[in-house]
Amino acid sequence: MPWQGRDVVDIRDFSREDLEILFEAADRMLDELESGNVKKRLEGKLISLAFFEPSTRTRTSFEAAAKRLGAETIVFTAEEAMSVAKGESFADTIRMLDSYSDLIVVRHRYEGAALLAAEIARAPVINGGDGRQHHPTQAMLDLYTVRRLFSTIDGLNYLILGDLRYSRTVSSLLYALSLFRPVSVMLSSPSELRLRDEVRADLEARGLKLREVSIEEGLREADVIYVTRIQRERFPDPSEYEKVKGSYKVTRKLLETYAKRSAKVLHPLPRVDELTPDVDGTEFQAYFLQARLGVPLRMALLTLVLGGDA
Amino acid sequence: MEDDKGEKLLVSKIRDGTVIDHIPAGKALLVLRILNIRGSEGFRVAIVMNADSTRMGRKDIVKLENFYPKFDDITKIALVAPTATINTIRDYEVVQKGQVEVPKLIEGILRCPNPTCISRKSGEPVTSKFILVSRQPLRLRCYYCGSELTEDDVSKQLTGE
Ligand SMILES: [Zn+2]
Repeated sequence: MPWQGRDVVDIRDFSREDLEILFEAADRMLDELESGNVKKRLEGKLISLAFFEPSTRTRTSFEAAAKRLGAETIVFTAEEAMSVAKGESFADTIRMLDSYSDLIVVRHRYEGAALLAAEIARAPVINGGDGRQHHPTQAMLDLYTVRRLFSTIDGLNYLILGDLRYSRTVSSLLYALSLFRPVSVMLSSPSELRLRDEVRADLEARGLKLREVSIEEGLREADVIYVTRIQRERFPDPSEYEKVKGSYKVTRKLLETYAKRSAKVLHPLPRVDELTPDVDGTEFQAYFLQARLGVPLRMALLTLVLGGDA
Repeated sequence: MEDDKGEKLLVSKIRDGTVIDHIPAGKALLVLRILNIRGSEGFRVAIVMNADSTRMGRKDIVKLENFYPKFDDITKIALVAPTATINTIRDYEVVQKGQVEVPKLIEGILRCPNPTCISRKSGEPVTSKFILVSRQPLRLRCYYCGSELTEDDVSKQLTGE
């Protein structure tokens, strides 16, 4: 399907070919960023960043991407959603932004908010994360990082570690992986935070084989070690959070004991205590690169959706 | 009404109204509950339970005088009694007969079980939407958040239990 004008709500709407087009465009953006000579492909475009749920990382990454390409941005944050638009519905706010934007990025703590925004808006909508459901641009970034690190996404062993239940980056990443041919996809989490049954069934129906492992077992085989933090804010009951808090930790010692030398650790950041700072200075660390690649990846995404010269 | 002869002994024909036939045995009261018919409405209601049926073995039948289900009522009946047929009666004659069917998309009738689904957000002008995943057993999926409803969930919601 052509990229231009497309809503980016759910990673399941994309094919492997779509993602490869995106990754190739991101490579060109990265080259331009590194040479310090970025084409202003989106000059004259206005992009709204509607962040009903705060997220400094995702928001600034989109904002930097838009500005590098010469686009103007309007940032609408959670605080504004509370005060300026007091009593106004989400739907009406989207209509307002739609009336003057060429593209809207939406982040919201309700599941399905981006889909609703896409139904309402004439402009294309990019989902910057909705509830515990989808975070398609993070999944795109995760696989793009793997591709930069290993020159391939196929043929690798993946270990996904942590909060598999409430983390939207995990479900989106697994859906994205189902488009490729990993050797194995291993899951390791406290039992309370296992992948939701409906997500698992859907992934298996897509042909992705999943295997539950202990951390140690997973680390021995993995090429890509994907660590997530516990999504405290999405726990229906705070006492449930207390039970699992601090229940897993990836440290330099653990990695040096069990992991392959060539393995790389990814993390969508921010982290809490599940990934210790002593990993930062090791060869395993790839999460700072991952964060850096967010800008070229989102530059490619904005350009493709807005029909610029990617 | 393939085997109306046996029932004549039990319940007389109605002049004008609706006969809901081929309800799975034991579900007649559930059908009345989801239609919000309690008997205090004033019109005549006849219920036959565990009647013989060549097609189903046993079935229930509900006869409602001067009551005509609306579109949403028929969807609700289909959700809890997927085998039901609806016969419209005028002057003792069946003038219309149809088998109920769960539509592929159900709008507005059901509520998403997920409290943080956008379709549940207060003050939001959004109607719930469910996609039919499977008829037997019944499985519906929220269009917005992907949460699922089973036959049991649906019956509970429709009867307000
Ligand atoms: Zn829902």
